[in-house]
Amino acid sequence: MGAGHAHRLYLPGRSPVHRLPPQCKLVAVLVFVLAVVATPRERIWAFAAYALLLAAVAAVARVPYRLVLRRTAIELPFVAFALLMPFVATGERVHWLGLSLSEAGLWGAWNILAKGTLGVVASILLAATTEPRLLLLGVERLRMPALIVQIAAFMLRYADVVAEEMRRMRIARASRGFEARDLRDARVLARSLGALFLRSYERGERVHLAMVSRGYEGRMPVLRDVGATAAHWTAAAALPAAALIAAVAWSVS
Amino acid sequence: MTAPNRPTTAPASAAEEDGGAPPSLEVRGLAYAYPDGTQALYGVDVTIRRGERVALLGPNGAGKTTLVLHLNGILHGGAGTVRVAGLEVDPADKRTLREIRRRVGIVFQDPDDQLFMPTVREDVAFGPAAMGLRGAELDRRVRDALERVGMLEAADRPPQHLSFGQRRRVAVATVLAMEPEILVLDEPSSNLDPASRRELAEILRSLDVTVLMVTHDLPYAAELCPRSLILSGGVIAADAPTLDLLSDADLLAAHRLELPFGFDPAAIPR
Repeated sequence: MGAGHAHRLYLPGRSPVHRLPPQCKLVAVLVFVLAVVATPRERIWAFAAYALLLAAVAAVARVPYRLVLRRTAIELPFVAFALLMPFVATGERVHWLGLSLSEAGLWGAWNILAKGTLGVVASILLAATTEPRLLLLGVERLRMPALIVQIAAFMLRYADVVAEEMRRMRIARASRGFEARDLRDARVLARSLGALFLRSYERGERVHLAMVSRGYEGRMPVLRDVGATAAHWTAAAALPAAALIAAVAWSVS
Repeated sequence: MTAPNRPTTAPASAAEEDGGAPPSLEVRGLAYAYPDGTQALYGVDVTIRRGERVALLGPNGAGKTTLVLHLNGILHGGAGTVRVAGLEVDPADKRTLREIRRRVGIVFQDPDDQLFMPTVREDVAFGPAAMGLRGAELDRRVRDALERVGMLEAADRPPQHLSFGQRRRVAVATVLAMEPEILVLDEPSSNLDPASRRELAEILRSLDVTVLMVTHDLPYAAELCPRSLILSGGVIAADAPTLDLLSDADLLAAHRLELPFGFDPAAIPR
């Protein structure tokens, strides 16, 4: 699989991480994130251990560290919020470089930054090593309701088609001299959005017609089976198990 | 691996020809009004024998799409009957309807509507899999269908990364995989560049299947279909060899059909 164009977030490869069944990876990431979130923020060494674990996964999966770092940019809005906390939070204050910072705010910021970053990096690794299509098969395997999986699958297929339609509408607007300048122009944009919705809705009806014509009766046929063996589950358990051990070790010591 | 459910008793057809094989398509007295009261079809009679390639011509709003959607039972409820290879379309009978939808392969105009699965392979497999095929037989169907339209190498690509002409060919494959009795194409040449248009014509000519082609592209009809129907005002206004129809300027004008500039049907060898 994966010939031709791949998805933007997916990094084609044949590493052991790539080859794990998607449902194993999904559960592993979920348990890992739960372990991270449940770790008290004062146990700084546990977070260092988590980061090392993710670095090890990235190394095994041959996902370049630089690529992971670049993609963590998605959490920037949260970082901005976290950076504000030491200034606006109340409670005891510490003084550093002439700034008056709230101690509780500092811990809060660290908490958000550390846990958020670990969660984001784990997700980036999951997305880089798993095709979106396989992720859907994975959640289906994990008993996600079929209807929701179908909706997500159609989103995956038609996101580009709708974006292309939106681009054509923007060009058509611009060709007739429209340029969004201030808030009053929002009316025009809102109307375009309405038109886009109608077009997408009509496309939905046509797609349904095409599906019914080929025998669709409410259920998508299962075309690819992604079975997981005990060995797969064991391999996938390595990450969350190590994280749990790290969490427990530091709570005992 | 399970074979598709075939009905054990095929109702006898009124007009059995070709040594007993019922015609691929037999429409009798088909009339239909949309729920808002607009009457689209006023009694359509059409018989298409097995292996024929027939063009369905007509101006916009003549009822062409309405007729096509009756062929596999998506629209129903008016007067008249539709039989596909002898089997009558009965919207109340789910088993029959499933078999009808296998026998009638509709290729819609916009391939983005037709190709809704994440990869070409899965899309071509959708129809046969919905019929219950699995495993090796399903793989064989998918491979065969993609081979017949020359798109086997693209099997694992997402449809949105193919060119428009390639997508149209894959759309034909999605229907061929169901091994239909009759292939119904809605405007197959629309939006194709000349090379893709010719490639599609070569593919259609190579198929051993009955074809009904809805089109405004009169030269394409002349090239591919020996016989043409004109649907106009909800009835079949003409049914004759394509070149005869295209040579009749008065008939074409009466139904808002026009030959493109410089096209002369008389110059085509018969």
